[in-house]
Amino acid sequence: MRHVALLARLGLEPGDEEFYAEQLSGILAHIDRLQQVDTDDIPPTAQVVEIVNQLREDEPRPGLSQYEVLANAPVAYDGYFRVPSIQEEA
Amino acid sequence: MDTTHMTLAELQRLLQARELSAKDLLSEHLMRIDNVDHDVKAFLRLTPDLAKEQAATADRALKAGEAGPLAGIPLAVKDVLCVKGVETTAGSQILRGFKAPYTGTAVGRLFEAGAVMVGVTNCDEFAMGSSTENSSYFPTHNPWALDRVPGGSSGGSASAVAAGEAVVSLGTDTGGSIRQPAALCGVVGMKPTYGRVSRYGLIAFASSLDQIGPFTRSVEDCAIVLEAMAGRDPLDATSSDRPNDVRRDFDAGVKGMKLGVPREYYDVDGIEPGVKAAIDKALDVLRGAGAEIVDVTLPHTDYGLAAYYILAPAECSSNLARFDGVKYGMSDQEATNITDAYMNSRRHGFGTEVRRRVMLGTYALSSGYYDAYYLKAQKVRTLIKRDFDTAFEKCDAIVSATSPTVAFPIGSKTKDPLAMYLCDVLTLGGNLAGLPGISVPCGLSEGLPVGLQVLAPQWREDVALRVARAYEVASGVKVEVAPL
Repeated sequence: MRHVALLARLGLEPGDEEFYAEQLSGILAHIDRLQQVDTDDIPPTAQVVEIVNQLREDEPRPGLSQYEVLANAPVAYDGYFRVPSIQEEA
Repeated sequence: MDTTHMTLAELQRLLQARELSAKDLLSEHLMRIDNVDHDVKAFLRLTPDLAKEQAATADRALKAGEAGPLAGIPLAVKDVLCVKGVETTAGSQILRGFKAPYTGTAVGRLFEAGAVMVGVTNCDEFAMGSSTENSSYFPTHNPWALDRVPGGSSGGSASAVAAGEAVVSLGTDTGGSIRQPAALCGVVGMKPTYGRVSRYGLIAFASSLDQIGPFTRSVEDCAIVLEAMAGRDPLDATSSDRPNDVRRDFDAGVKGMKLGVPREYYDVDGIEPGVKAAIDKALDVLRGAGAEIVDVTLPHTDYGLAAYYILAPAECSSNLARFDGVKYGMSDQEATNITDAYMNSRRHGFGTEVRRRVMLGTYALSSGYYDAYYLKAQKVRTLIKRDFDTAFEKCDAIVSATSPTVAFPIGSKTKDPLAMYLCDVLTLGGNLAGLPGISVPCGLSEGLPVGLQVLAPQWREDVALRVARAYEVASGVKVEVAPL
């Protein structure tokens, strides 16, 4: 549970580990029925319609201004998003 | 004349004849919201200033004879669709205060068609749920029985139309989130073919399954709204450039059509006798209207829920990675390193169900489990799609109940996620196979609305709408506004 939570960058509350372990086991028990299906020669489906790599012209078009992009930022500083240090202290 | 009980098509005639102004229509709806929404709680927030501006624009266009098909029509929008300058939160605390910097395509097209947005409707957090109880703000109540859920995840949009608070509304459907609440609230709701409506500006849940669609008070209204927002959008590479022909043969009826009843849907586990009785009656009506009812089979139905609950959480765990407390939304400012900042922001910002699905999806995609879960589910998805392909060789459309049950009491399923997931057992196949599906009211069971689902082959919205319309006409079942 702790490993998955770290992969998901999802902090857990006290008691969450047991709570999610129990609930996810119940859901996974249902999901295990997929193993009964013979899929040996079946290709996977990622999306279901015929549209493939439909691209638009690579032409510049107006985007949001820096002001608009930063308008929802929890902390903006000097035109940047501010975050805590991304490097460990030496 | 109570305009809050009328259909879009009826109001369109009055507005175009200048017997009613968009301004007056809006004020009657704002008054209705004021009178009933403290009980229903369909709306998270109202947008009266935007609405007044749009109503004035609509009145000018109506006067000039240049009005679009939705000119002056009060519209409610689910809290997952971005509208410029309007707070859009996906029912989540993590986006509290977020004001969208742009308007998404589907909403934008309805605005261009003249719609008047009255407010933002409640939903399950990030559209994950079947009852709207997973909203991080408050639950919405079913207008037909206030102690019951409206269904979900688009429960606010369904109940707003059922309660006379908006003439039409928009929802999104990833596993049934339009059709199921439409059924439970006694209104019309439609999920189009994957790719029919642009998803640009939709806060993504599961990108290979999500579609935007309307809630309305008649099948005709549904066709009008769908037609106004359908079609290719350069900003969504999965949107289709197929002709916008959703209203073709709309009134042609079902005489000579073959309608398939999948036995796995007809006898699905947990279907209530009253729901089954209403569906039997609906099948008789369709038979009486000249359709041939044929048996079909969808042999992999039993595996649909399992495949869905791998694929949707996997996609959600990836999509929701963007909510990291950096660019927008709830943010932990106490953390001293970036990992703790992410973990704390997401711990406080996401509710129980969202965290459950992010955990499940991350697990299914994690090293060592990918083949057993995600790849396996994608292969089963292929089989489910083939089931529908085979069934549609024998019939023009598939009919079934939309939901195995009528609206259930608030709080009755919140402790058991699997029981809640089973609400979507008849709808999620349509998402896995990318099909258009519509739910229309087909009577009552225990005094509560039952929905008839019509599924059609991909890109055949015209067929789904035509069958639904034929049923509506032949049965005489009209959408009613709940007496609140």
